[in-house]
Amino acid sequence: MKTNIILSGVGGQGILTIAAVLDTAALSEDLFIKQSEVHGMSQRGGAVQSHVRISDKEIFSDLIPEGQADLILSVEPMELLRYMPFLKKDGWLVTDSESFINTSNYPDKKELFNQIKKHPNHVIVDATEIAKKIGNSKAANMVLLGAASAIIPLSEDSLVKAIKELFQHKSERIIKLNLEAFAEGKKVAEGITDLAASK
Amino acid sequence: MKSLLLGNEALAQGSIDAGLSGVYAYPGTPSTEITEYIQKSKLAQELKIHTTWSVNEKTAMEAALGMSYVGKRSMVVMKHVGLNVASDVFMNMAVSGINGGLVVVVADDPSMHSSQNEQDSRFYGKFAMIPILEPSSQQEAYDVMSYAFDLSEDVKLPVLLRMVTRLSHSRAGIKVKQRRDQNEIDLPRDTSRFALLPSNARKQFDLLVSKKDTLVHCSETSNLNSLRLSENRNTGIIACGLAYNYLMENIGEDLSFYSILKISQYPLPKEKIQALYRHCDKIIVMEEGYPIVEELLHNYFDENDKIKGRLSGDLPRTGELNPNIVGRALGLFQNSTEPVPSVVTPRPPQLCDGCGHTDLFNTINEVIREIGDKNVFGDIGCYALGALPPMNTVNTLIDMGASITMAKGAADAGMDNAIAVIGDSTFTHSGMTGLLDAVYENSPITVIISDNSAVAMTGAQESTAVGRLHKICLGLGVHPDHLKTIVPLKKNHDENVEVLRNELKYKGVSVIISERPCVRLSRDQKEVIKAKIAALN
Ligand SMILES: Cc1ncc(C[n+]2csc(CCOP(=O)(O)OP(=O)(O)O)c2C)c(N)n1
Ligand code: SF4
Repeated sequence: MKTNIILSGVGGQGILTIAAVLDTAALSEDLFIKQSEVHGMSQRGGAVQSHVRISDKEIFSDLIPEGQADLILSVEPMELLRYMPFLKKDGWLVTDSESFINTSNYPDKKELFNQIKKHPNHVIVDATEIAKKIGNSKAANMVLLGAASAIIPLSEDSLVKAIKELFQHKSERIIKLNLEAFAEGKKVAEGITDLAASK
Repeated sequence: MKSLLLGNEALAQGSIDAGLSGVYAYPGTPSTEITEYIQKSKLAQELKIHTTWSVNEKTAMEAALGMSYVGKRSMVVMKHVGLNVASDVFMNMAVSGINGGLVVVVADDPSMHSSQNEQDSRFYGKFAMIPILEPSSQQEAYDVMSYAFDLSEDVKLPVLLRMVTRLSHSRAGIKVKQRRDQNEIDLPRDTSRFALLPSNARKQFDLLVSKKDTLVHCSETSNLNSLRLSENRNTGIIACGLAYNYLMENIGEDLSFYSILKISQYPLPKEKIQALYRHCDKIIVMEEGYPIVEELLHNYFDENDKIKGRLSGDLPRTGELNPNIVGRALGLFQNSTEPVPSVVTPRPPQLCDGCGHTDLFNTINEVIREIGDKNVFGDIGCYALGALPPMNTVNTLIDMGASITMAKGAADAGMDNAIAVIGDSTFTHSGMTGLLDAVYENSPITVIISDNSAVAMTGAQESTAVGRLHKICLGLGVHPDHLKTIVPLKKNHDENVEVLRNELKYKGVSVIISERPCVRLSRDQKEVIKAKIAALN
């Protein structure tokens, strides 16, 4: 078993929290993990990505080779498309529908979503909207993680435990909110991503 | 359970467990997390390991040498260009040698993710004639530290440990070992080797040169350099540091096709290289950075066609390696991939909302209309983004501190209204000496110190400039009438433009300190800063 996941977004949007949940859950299942991240200049509102590799055997490269990502999980729709060369033929795209616009030449959104929909395995989630309804838009990343969870070869149990562990220093309310966000995301993608899980 | 650590953190934990007594460093991507990890480590606090940031890489390395002189194990950490700043002490402490183990950790940034160049620190190690270690994985970064300190003490030389961005900033599960105690104080018996007067220096330099054979022998027998010859004699691969991972990613279980020499310690193990060279029809050299090993091979064997790498064009001459580049060099099949759709536009980094640098640039841009757009010399930090749209304020960014001295040189050549923009941390790192040059000649320049009370670019570390800038400038001889303070806020725009206009009229050194804290400083950090300033007054 080897799973390659690219997380993408804009510096400051919190993709590393998703990475940390995946890392923690994978370690608790005694799996090998490598996870590269971007530090430095790009963290100031630039494009950032993290390569997460999970396997039951030793992993060598910290970077996922092009054409080998099973999943691109993005907290921003344009940033999803930036990493298309990494996607496997039958890989999955999961993204928040909410754009983060901090450039003057952000593309036409309709065209953006047309491009995403061209790909058969895509899930577009109103993650920020859902998170807002639950109580904090910042939990959008957990909504997305929930939505992608059927494609990720880690048990729900260990993902939930990892979320609890990561937020353990925060208030009871924040832990609950993030768990709820995860569960909501899972519900939204039910029926779509089950397809992948059943394979 | 294993701990999940960045390559940088694994290295840092490895140094604590190897009996470290002090880390000295100036922040710089991709090296910063090494020192930060030790600063945050409870164990390091209990062990009273020194961790405070230094003013720059040169002062850091000298302090590390001082700690080593006393017999303790010390480490100095920097990004690749930091070694340029510290190169004076670096070259000379190779000649004096060390006492307690001293490891120089330098993180290179091939592909320049956050840097001005992609210089390869292995050249410096070779130049100084000291051992170089180059881990290929996070676990190796942890494990190598105890070996690095032992080796340093055995051969009485500093050891250069080279990291690269992708290893520094990637996590993996790490197994840790038992911790070794710190060294006791043990002063050098004979101090003359540390007094590099020509008569001593000549002796020491001969001694350094004579260590070559020992160092090659260490490399030859080191576990870090492993040679595996395959029955198939077609292709031999020399994989240095991180390149070994990309190689293994590609060949996976197909080990029988290739003979492989993994290199993580230099000087190169010449016998192992010769064995590989004799065994194979073709040699591919895979190295992150400059083609330094490839060039050496050409020198050894004087036969060009057999050696492939970055010079031959089988791998790109510049930029970092990745699994695809390495796979292509091996001639392995790769699936076609989807392109990036053309709707995707670039998203470069930018100044945060509420950043004081932005308001400062707006002020400067106002006078640029009057004085011309080529007069602003810049420096390194978040405010370097002022060289890009939408600001387009700053024209230059070369090395830390160059804004002041370049403005001075331009003024010497006759430029009117030369302006230097420099951050508070860059100013204390390398701006103060240049300002003294300008004061000494009363050069007609206007220096603007954009003081955000932080080393923001690298993650808002504490700045040694906090609370000291006025006194430093006055102490260097800036005239009190031409030392001004502004607060870069929209509401002060007109007033600030006037201050700048007036100082430009003065044909001597003016310094304007533009004070507004970085928005990334946490509440706790702001409290600490306040307390520090109060204590100073
Ligand atoms: C010799 C050298 N050391 C370190 C760095 C990394 N570096 C670049 S900018 C910077 C900090 C600048 O801080 P400051 O001048 O206060 O500006 P700010 O980022 O806070 O705006 C550092 C540490 C470098 N580029 N060169
Ligand atoms: S981190 Fe601080 S100095 Fe850098 S852009 Fe943001 S506010 Fe400005």
